[in-house]
Amino acid sequence: MNRTLDQLRLMFGGEPRKPEPQDYTPGARHIHATKKFTKQDFVDMEAREAAHRARKVWKKRRWAVLISVNLMFMLSYWVDVQLVEGSLTGSRLLGFHLIDLNAALGLMLAHKHIIVNLLIGTATVGLVWLLLGGRSFCSWVCPYHLLSEWAEQLHLLLAKKKLVKDHPLHRGLRTVIWASFALLAYGTGYTVYETISPTGIVSRALIYGPGIALGWVGALLAFEVLYSRRAWCRYLCPVGLTYGVVGTLSPVTVHYDLEKCVHEGECRKVCLVPHVLDHIIKGRAPAEHLDLGPDCTRCGMCIDVCQGGALSFSIAGVTKKPAPTKVPVDSTNEGKPS
Amino acid sequence: MSDAPKPSDARKQEQRRKLLQAAAVGCGVVGLSLTGLLPVLTRKEQRLRPPGALDEHDFLASCIKCGQCVQVCPVNALKPADLFDGFGVGVPFIEPRKQACDFSCDVGQCILACPTGALTYHKPEFLPVREDMKVPSPPVLLAKEKEPEPNLNFTERMGVARLARPEACLSVRGEGVKGSARGESFKGRKRWTEVDRWGPVPVKDHAYDLERCDLCVRECPIKGAISIETVNGKATPVVHDACVGCGVCEMMCPAEPAAIVIDAQRPWSAS
Repeated sequence: MNRTLDQLRLMFGGEPRKPEPQDYTPGARHIHATKKFTKQDFVDMEAREAAHRARKVWKKRRWAVLISVNLMFMLSYWVDVQLVEGSLTGSRLLGFHLIDLNAALGLMLAHKHIIVNLLIGTATVGLVWLLLGGRSFCSWVCPYHLLSEWAEQLHLLLAKKKLVKDHPLHRGLRTVIWASFALLAYGTGYTVYETISPTGIVSRALIYGPGIALGWVGALLAFEVLYSRRAWCRYLCPVGLTYGVVGTLSPVTVHYDLEKCVHEGECRKVCLVPHVLDHIIKGRAPAEHLDLGPDCTRCGMCIDVCQGGALSFSIAGVTKKPAPTKVPVDSTNEGKPS
Repeated sequence: MSDAPKPSDARKQEQRRKLLQAAAVGCGVVGLSLTGLLPVLTRKEQRLRPPGALDEHDFLASCIKCGQCVQVCPVNALKPADLFDGFGVGVPFIEPRKQACDFSCDVGQCILACPTGALTYHKPEFLPVREDMKVPSPPVLLAKEKEPEPNLNFTERMGVARLARPEACLSVRGEGVKGSARGESFKGRKRWTEVDRWGPVPVKDHAYDLERCDLCVRECPIKGAISIETVNGKATPVVHDACVGCGVCEMMCPAEPAAIVIDAQRPWSAS
């Protein structure tokens, strides 16, 4: 199956599949067959990579961007610098319209009328995230994401002390939620989703002051801490799915290099959407070089923890294409990967 | 590599549990969002919406809840609604007693700021101008009456003023006003062109010394919307059909609570 389609299937809730023997490239087959590690390799690697992992470069950059963007919205109103007027659902950057894609979709379905400014704003934002990677919006801009990251830290701490347990939900739920809200908007003529959208609520609370709507956000965070890790962003948020679809063919991706991977699985432990990293499990990568699918939020947490440097940001057309793996002639037809 | 293990009964059960749980959470989230319909259906008093707002249902549908209108209002008359408003969360409204829309922006900056056409000068074709909400002619803004463009170009009123408590009206009672209209603690602002053409000032800084109160007429920003007439032998404020429902009369009324109020989203009626 075409990898892009397969990754879309994953995003809509499908489970990762182990590639069929014929799906492997000769290079990948060769690497899988020949890669061996001793215990000492891991000890050496740990010593070498500890400093890298402690730095958490991408997390710092991302938090800086997320906080700056939201601060820009806040300051634009508070001290009237008028850089970005509005909130995350709709704004004007130096006079140019920007409209949140999911909010625009709900509005178009509910109101059934689209004016030029709405179209301009939606198209502009659509183009931006098409280029930057759809779900980058989630981890680099959405203020709820940051709150949820903090809740996740708390959840993991409590889980370590065996006080709480993670209950993963079915990932297909988000697709159902997305469709339900689309139908509801069309059917009722109200933008029903905006009533509970934590993205909109938190953004407005930051800019226009807090309200009881934050109680709902608090309840969500409590649910994530006590019951299901990152539940909103993982299994529920229709905004994430909208942006995910938009970023399907984005040039900005997290790139995976099979050769460098030591398959220890740290990346999957920190990942918001571990199904996009299914191929890091030993023997699963069908090719030497892979880009993570559209559900990836490009948060860079996996890059921060990656021991062998197997994961990195890549921009199609800018980042140099990796050289193909040299496969010794006699091993191209080697059997199944181990 | 061996074949994938066949799903045992335990695994099947686990999958069933996961599916049921997801269904429960999904229904919970969608159900919760639908409770937003309750405030919309049960609200007794309609919200006063900004000028140029579409009919309530279409307004809630077309507003993207971004608050750009809130940001541009020079007197901060607009507030985004909280969760109590259900589907109306984040949608702007005006509390005229606290801060009326006094058109100190001259044009309806909120209308110009709106990216979706929820606030608009020109309603889309499929939404005909409601006859009973229509202002008879483009409202003339007194502050720019002598300028080439004296009109506010919206076609429907936000609501209409009504002398709700004539017995409390200072004019009807024959009483005057000394000092500011609403006292020292009142935080509302308003523009007086003779003080500052563009800058609204605090209402508490504007002192009066009037034999008989006529603030609702004196401060009304719209030409011919209200006048003092003799009714039953008493000088009584009478609202005319030029009234757009901006709420300045309600904000400026010195009586407590206000003798004149805005009926939001109500048509004008001669009675």
